[in-house]
Amino acid sequence: MTERRPTAEWIVPAGLVAVCVLLVVGSLRSALFAQQTVSGLANGGIYASLAVALVLIYRATEVINFAQGALATFATYVAWQLMQWGLSYWAAFACTLAIAFVGGFAVELVAIRPVERRGSVLTVVIAAIGLLILVEGSIGWIWGNDVKFMPTPFPAHIYTVGGVAFSRQDLSTIAISLLAVIVLWGFFRFTKLGLAMRAAAVRPDAARLVGVRVSWMLSLGWGLAAALGAVAGLMAAASPSVLLQPSMMDGILIYAFAAAVVGGLESAFGAVVAALMIGVLLNLVTSYVHFVGPALQLPVAFVVMLVVLLVKPSGLFGRTRVRRV
Amino acid sequence: MSALLALEDVDARYGPVYALRRVTLTVEEGEVVAILGANGAGKTTTLRAISGTVRRTGRIELAGRSLARRGPEGAARLGIAHVPEGRGTFSELTVWENLRLGAYVRRGSLRDDFARVCDYFPWLERRRSQQAGTLSGGEQQMLALARAIMQRPRLLLLDEPSLGLAPLVVGEIFRILGELNRREGTALLLVEQNARTSLALATRAYVLEVGEIAFAGTSEELSTHDSLRRSYLGY
Repeated sequence: MTERRPTAEWIVPAGLVAVCVLLVVGSLRSALFAQQTVSGLANGGIYASLAVALVLIYRATEVINFAQGALATFATYVAWQLMQWGLSYWAAFACTLAIAFVGGFAVELVAIRPVERRGSVLTVVIAAIGLLILVEGSIGWIWGNDVKFMPTPFPAHIYTVGGVAFSRQDLSTIAISLLAVIVLWGFFRFTKLGLAMRAAAVRPDAARLVGVRVSWMLSLGWGLAAALGAVAGLMAAASPSVLLQPSMMDGILIYAFAAAVVGGLESAFGAVVAALMIGVLLNLVTSYVHFVGPALQLPVAFVVMLVVLLVKPSGLFGRTRVRRV
Repeated sequence: MSALLALEDVDARYGPVYALRRVTLTVEEGEVVAILGANGAGKTTTLRAISGTVRRTGRIELAGRSLARRGPEGAARLGIAHVPEGRGTFSELTVWENLRLGAYVRRGSLRDDFARVCDYFPWLERRRSQQAGTLSGGEQQMLALARAIMQRPRLLLLDEPSLGLAPLVVGEIFRILGELNRREGTALLLVEQNARTSLALATRAYVLEVGEIAFAGTSEELSTHDSLRRSYLGY
C-alpha cells in the first residue's frame, strides 16, 4: 500500500541475467550440465503451470488453493479414462482441458462461493483443504489407489545437438507448459473478458460499478486455473519419473507453491521464472552435490524460498504498489 | 411519472442503523441535481442506494424500470454510471484499460468513444499506457469521469468530485461536467461538500439531514433563502 524504500531495483534483473549466463556457459562446457538444465526446465515448466494456476486464484481471492494439485490429478485420471475408452492422446488432452475448466467452474460455484459469501479468507482456505481431501479420496474411490500406466504422447526420441542429447519428452513438456501459460497471458492482456477478470481481482467493488459480474469472474478464474492445472498434471504424468496415482501432484504442488511465493504470489511472470529456476536448480543440485539425493530435493526448494524471502520479502517480482493521493 | 430517476420512500441501513429514511427524489432527463448536507447526512448512501451498493428498500426506478432487485452490475447495464468516493480507479491498470472497463457494458468499437473522451480530456491520448495509480489526484478524478463517459450513461452519479483537489482543478472539472450535460444531455446527480460550486451547476437541489430530506427546491431558492443557506450550507 505505502511506497517502500527503493531497495535496489536492479538486483532482481541483474541476478536473473547472471543465472542465465551461468547456465549457458555451463551448458556449453559440459554435456551433462546441458542435459540436466534442459530436463530441469521441463520439470520447471510443470511447476510453472501449476504455480500460475495458484497465482490466478490468489490474485482474485487472496487464497492459496491447496486443492489445485488434487484437481490436476483428477483431470489426469479423466484423461487416462478417456484413453481407456479409446480416444487418442491429443483428443483426450483437449477433452480433459474442457472438462477441467467446467469442473473448476463448478467447484467454485458449489464449494467455494457459499463459504466465501459468509466467511473470511481463512474459511475459504479450510474449504480448499477439505476439497483436497475430498478430491483425492474420490480419485481412490473411482479409480482405485494402485498405480496406473499413462500412455506417453512423446515417443522416446533423442535429439543430439553438438554432442548433447535432449529428449523429445523434455522439450515437448517445456513447449506445452509455456504455451499454456502464454495463451492464458494473452487472454488476460488482450481480451475484454480477461480485462474484466483482472479488474474484478484488483478492485471488485469498482468492477461491479462498471458492470462486471464479479462472482462469475471468480468462477471463471477457477475454471481457467483448473484447466492450467490439468496441463501440469498431464505433462507430469507423461514423464517417466512420475507415476499416475492419487497423490501424484502432492510433491509438485509444493514446488509450485514455493515458486509462486518466490515469484511474489501476485505475479504470474514471477511464478514462471521462479518455477523454471527451481526446476533447474533442483536438477543441478541433485546431480552435482552428491549428498543431496532425490530425498533432499524438497528441503533445497525450501532453502531457496527462505533465502529469497529474507532478501526480498515481497518475492522476486512482488509488485511494490505505486499509488498517489 | 416521467422522471428519468425516481426514488420513493427509500430506506437504507448499515446493520441496525438507518442511514436513509423515506428519501424521495427525482431527476429529470438531462437535468443536473445536487445533494447537499453535512458529513454523515446520507449523501453518499443515497448514491449507493441508487446504484445498489447498499441494501435498501423502497421504490427506485430508472426510466420506469425498477432498480430494486438489481445490484451495481445491473444498474450499470441500465445506464447508470457511478463515480464513487475514492473515484473507483483501477490503479494497477493502465489509463487505457480503465477506459476500456468504462465501456464494459457496451458493445461495439471503442474508437468513437475514445475520440469523444479525448475531446474533453486531450491529455488522455498521450498517457493512455501509463499506470493509472501514478496519475495525480486531479488526473485520477478526470480519468474517473472519462471512464464514466465511455459508458455513455443516461445518468451520472458523482460523489464529491472536488474532494482534495486544488480550486483550479475543481473549476476545470465542473466546467467539463457542464459541457457534458449540455452537449450530450447526460443527467447528473451530484453529491458535494462544496455547495457554492455545485449550486452554480445544478438547477435543483436536495438537502439531507440525518438521513432525511430536509429541503427540496431550486438552486436559486436555496442560495437566496437566508436561513436555509446559513443552517445547511454554512456560508
